[in-house]
Amino acid sequence: MSEPGETLLEVSDLKRYFDVSPSLLERVLQGKERASVKALDGISFSIRRGETFALVGESGCGKSTVARCIVGLYRPSAGHISFEGAEFASLKTRQAMAPLRRRIQMIFQDPYASLDPRWRVRRIIAEPLVTHGLVPDKTALRDRVDELLQQVRLSPADGDKYPHEFSGGQRQRISIARALAARPEFLVCDEPTSALDVSVQAQILNLMKDLQRDFGLTYLFISHNLAVIYQISDRIGVMYLGRLVEVAATGRLFERPRHPYTRLLLETIPRLEAAAGGGTEREPVAGEVPNPIDPPPGCAFHPRCPFANDRCRVERPELRADDTTLVACHAVEEGRLPA
Amino acid sequence: MAEPLLRVEHLRVEVPTRRGTLVAVDDISFSIGPGEVLGVVGESGAGKSLTGAAIIGLLEPPLRIAGGRIDFAGRRIDNLPYEAMRRIRGKEIGAIFQDPLTSLNPLYTVGQQLIETIRTHLDLGATAARERAIVLLREVGIAGGERRIDHYPHQFSGGMRQRVVIALALAANPRLIVADEPTTALDVSIQAQIIALLKLLCREHGTAIMLVTHDMGVIAETADRVAVMYAGRLVEIGPVRTVVAEPHHPYTVGLMRSIPRIGQRTDRLSQINGSMPRLTEIPPGCPFNPRCPEVFDRCRRERPDLLRAPGSDAACWLYDTHGAALEGAEPR
Repeated sequence: MSEPGETLLEVSDLKRYFDVSPSLLERVLQGKERASVKALDGISFSIRRGETFALVGESGCGKSTVARCIVGLYRPSAGHISFEGAEFASLKTRQAMAPLRRRIQMIFQDPYASLDPRWRVRRIIAEPLVTHGLVPDKTALRDRVDELLQQVRLSPADGDKYPHEFSGGQRQRISIARALAARPEFLVCDEPTSALDVSVQAQILNLMKDLQRDFGLTYLFISHNLAVIYQISDRIGVMYLGRLVEVAATGRLFERPRHPYTRLLLETIPRLEAAAGGGTEREPVAGEVPNPIDPPPGCAFHPRCPFANDRCRVERPELRADDTTLVACHAVEEGRLPA
Repeated sequence: MAEPLLRVEHLRVEVPTRRGTLVAVDDISFSIGPGEVLGVVGESGAGKSLTGAAIIGLLEPPLRIAGGRIDFAGRRIDNLPYEAMRRIRGKEIGAIFQDPLTSLNPLYTVGQQLIETIRTHLDLGATAARERAIVLLREVGIAGGERRIDHYPHQFSGGMRQRVVIALALAANPRLIVADEPTTALDVSIQAQIIALLKLLCREHGTAIMLVTHDMGVIAETADRVAVMYAGRLVEIGPVRTVVAEPHHPYTVGLMRSIPRIGQRTDRLSQINGSMPRLTEIPPGCPFNPRCPEVFDRCRRERPDLLRAPGSDAACWLYDTHGAALEGAEPR
């Protein structure tokens, strides 16, 4: 792991709301009110150059929304994102955004949906090079695509095939080659291995580590799989209902999780060791993630939290430092939590 | 083991295509005892779901059973007419699928669907069936069953819907449940609840489960025995402890090593190079031979059947005690 450098990406108080209001007619005739989902309700974190920062959480917690805001697929409702000190919001036009867009690329979850089935692989990988005008002529383009195919352990001959001729793992390699084409510094990886089988997942994770080392890449890695995150990330942010509840270095988060939700997540992973232990029963935690349209007041986790008290039900906890961990929990702050 | 509840022998499932017949499940044999949980693992396309579908008689044409036999409770079921199989399915063999939304009809309340299933298979009146439906909802951990019974599927969350599906599968007290990826669509914390529920119900009712999944963690926590499939074939079968901790087939060994684990961080995960062959490109001999680190000549020519290995059965020539492999391999 290289020593992390200066801050590359800074996200502060990022909010993204989605309008889920009933139709105008229903609002006028039946007096229904406007409604919105707070997919992101004020989250802040920073990523240093060369590190892998992971966001983990269950479906609907907003982790993919963060990714989409960072690559510019969503416009934030409020808050700031800055890359090397340059504020996203100040870049109003497509032209102004373009240089930044080149430096930030994304890898999507589904390698079947993210590649155009009618394009040959060569054209798919060449697209960012052409769009950003990065190669002078056709020969250079061809050479660069060949080089990219080799970097992701495919052969130049594969460039003339169509996506359907490849397996899921190979398609994900093509997505990675496309993302690397413009020589980005920052890759947003949204569940890059979730659609893959485990033996292939290991290939892709190893490839991503190699590429990070070779090109000094910085990753924002989004996953719901804690074991994958444990293996690949340097620091982790745990999300719950559009908020960050805990941010810590990987080793520390797994050895000494602070937030009750983080503890729940770690306790509920099915473990291979269970087979050897023979009937060690885990105690499943009751309850489910609440509806984000109408999240509970106070700490959003309080209905499922064994340590919740009156304060948790009314006052929303903010991220606070607890040793080197940042954690948003009244119980941790008050020392009510068992170590 | 006592008389098995389900016995599958030399099952073969084929798909006719324009370019010839493809074999999706190739000569697999296994059995499940009463009350036993058999985990079936493999990568997508390995044939694990098709095996489950063949057992419950829900193979979608043009897929068809082309050979072998399936016996359930001492009776052959693979050649039954549709109507006869329909009476067994639901009553004696229940099914749970990955996506609860495809198993539930959005236009009927949960209660209507439960009552219909109960009355189809059990001789109960409308009132008694409704009472049984409420009991079932309580058993699968849905609070307020009296009220929830009149709700539609969309009024339930993902985890709760999967509980409803489990209630449906249990409605007629089946002796076997075929569960195909029952927790894959769910979040981890909900997944744990569903696994615990399945184990509890299995124990209380003595129901056997065939649990099809790609998640070894789920298998490790739930199954008594594990069957590992690769390219349509059964490559290893044995007690969960052996298959997870001391697997014998090189594919299972590679698969277990490539699973990322918490607690032992490594710079590089162990990986199996290449990928599983498509049905059109299955090599002769052992289907794993092009990726196998221990491959030798015989693997490319002859196809291995399940052979006795210490603690499990593996379809690998390394365990042929009469063959050429003997002198090289030390007894384990």
